[in-house]
Amino acid sequence: MTVSFRTAISAFRRSPLLSALSVTTIAFSLFAFGLFGLVALNIRAALQRVEERVEIRAFVADNAAVERMVSLSEEIGGYPEVQTADVITQEQALARARKELGEFKDVFESQFMPQSVDIKLKPGHRDPANVRAVADRVRALEGVEDVRFGEEWITQLYRLRNIAGVAGATLGLAFAVVAMIIIGATIRMAVLARSKEISIMRLVGATNGFIRRPFLIEGFLKGVLGGALALTLTWIAMRVLERYLNFETTFFDGHLAMLGILFGALLGLLGSAVSVGRHLRRV
Amino acid sequence: MIRLDKVTKIYPRSGPALREVSLRIAKGEFAFLTGPSGAGKSTILKLVYMDERPTTGNIRVSGYNSRDIKRREIPKLRRRLGIVFQDFRLLEDRTAEANVAFALEVTGAPRSTIPGKVNRVLSQVGLASKGTAYPRELSGGEQQRVAIARALVNDPFVLIADEPTGNLDDRATRGIFQLLREINASGTAVIMATHDLELVRRSDYRTIELNHGELVFDSAEAAKAAVEVE
Repeated sequence: MTVSFRTAISAFRRSPLLSALSVTTIAFSLFAFGLFGLVALNIRAALQRVEERVEIRAFVADNAAVERMVSLSEEIGGYPEVQTADVITQEQALARARKELGEFKDVFESQFMPQSVDIKLKPGHRDPANVRAVADRVRALEGVEDVRFGEEWITQLYRLRNIAGVAGATLGLAFAVVAMIIIGATIRMAVLARSKEISIMRLVGATNGFIRRPFLIEGFLKGVLGGALALTLTWIAMRVLERYLNFETTFFDGHLAMLGILFGALLGLLGSAVSVGRHLRRV
Repeated sequence: MIRLDKVTKIYPRSGPALREVSLRIAKGEFAFLTGPSGAGKSTILKLVYMDERPTTGNIRVSGYNSRDIKRREIPKLRRRLGIVFQDFRLLEDRTAEANVAFALEVTGAPRSTIPGKVNRVLSQVGLASKGTAYPRELSGGEQQRVAIARALVNDPFVLIADEPTGNLDDRATRGIFQLLREINASGTAVIMATHDLELVRRSDYRTIELNHGELVFDSAEAAKAAVEVE
């Protein structure tokens, strides 16, 4: 193992230009992948923020007592899908309306505003079918006059989410395949550059495993370096975008960043394994 | 030790390279393999180190049989052989020492034993003082000595040399040949492919001559026949 490791490290030292080229190529193909990932991540985050606004509003008769409102909210709050169920009195409804529609604030009077129980669902239960089911159950409760939720809006939101998900997965896969092909080609160059060494190794009795190992380590290290470089480039790109386009973005968290580098390492390892394997079978 | 039984080798593109060749090389023997270019000398050597397999017939080398040797057993066989080529095949970016050590490293030899063994074989080939030189700093004869040291460092039972003096001037040729004789004298068999007939004539080692892939003369068989006639 130490011999393989030393051989892998000395390969970097012996051909610094080729190694730098491989790392940069890996970095740029992962950078494209990373940028795409960042866009996907931000679309997801934006959709999630919109999703949090999914709400069911159960309007209660104007003459219902506060106690009834509270017991309704407690009952609804007990549903497994429900995150919160808040009592909104006429005054609170008025205040909210004034805040949301500032220019008409003098038009409203509290008697016009219906009191309600505002229901927020837990994440994962905000799809159209679930929202409708909860709304139907609430509608059947005594004292509830009407139930409203933006049915069409929620359906649209979910359609958008599904399209984004499928497009994301397809494009992501395509980017990953392209990255893998490029990485395979760069490592193939490294293998060819050392084909004489490989042929001598075989003559003096090196096993295929022994020949392969330094290349695998080299591919892995190049993948890690390329991955880290790609991550840095992605971060810089995001900062630049933030500054010039002036909007807030979400960057990969520690876990995702590690996963990205690991993915680079895996690509390097696989690219090496395929290239060396093919070379060893051919000679 | 090495035995070829009716070995035929046909390359898919260039056609037959060997036709029904049978011969034996005994332990500690020195044998020349001669004949014009394309006679099949290199093919025989490749078959011995199992870089090629015969189309028909069978080769046995130190207990391994070409018919049933597994791919993963070939490295084990090669560690028991020393192989030398006309073009030396040294790694240009490593010193003489490192080139020799390389053959030990690939076999997984313990690191602490490597420098001692490397120095021993470099002394044996007369290059004790040039261990730190790079191949480009050495003459052709010296480079071939490094290659021979690399071939010897794993204590092979046979040294296979494919035109080892083909790229060398007369003086270097004599030096390398003398070295091969010394190696043989210490008990290692040597099979040397060459078309340097002068070299063959000057010595009385066994000579196996090939032409168009056929064995046309074997001095060992001729001697045996002569004895029988007498």
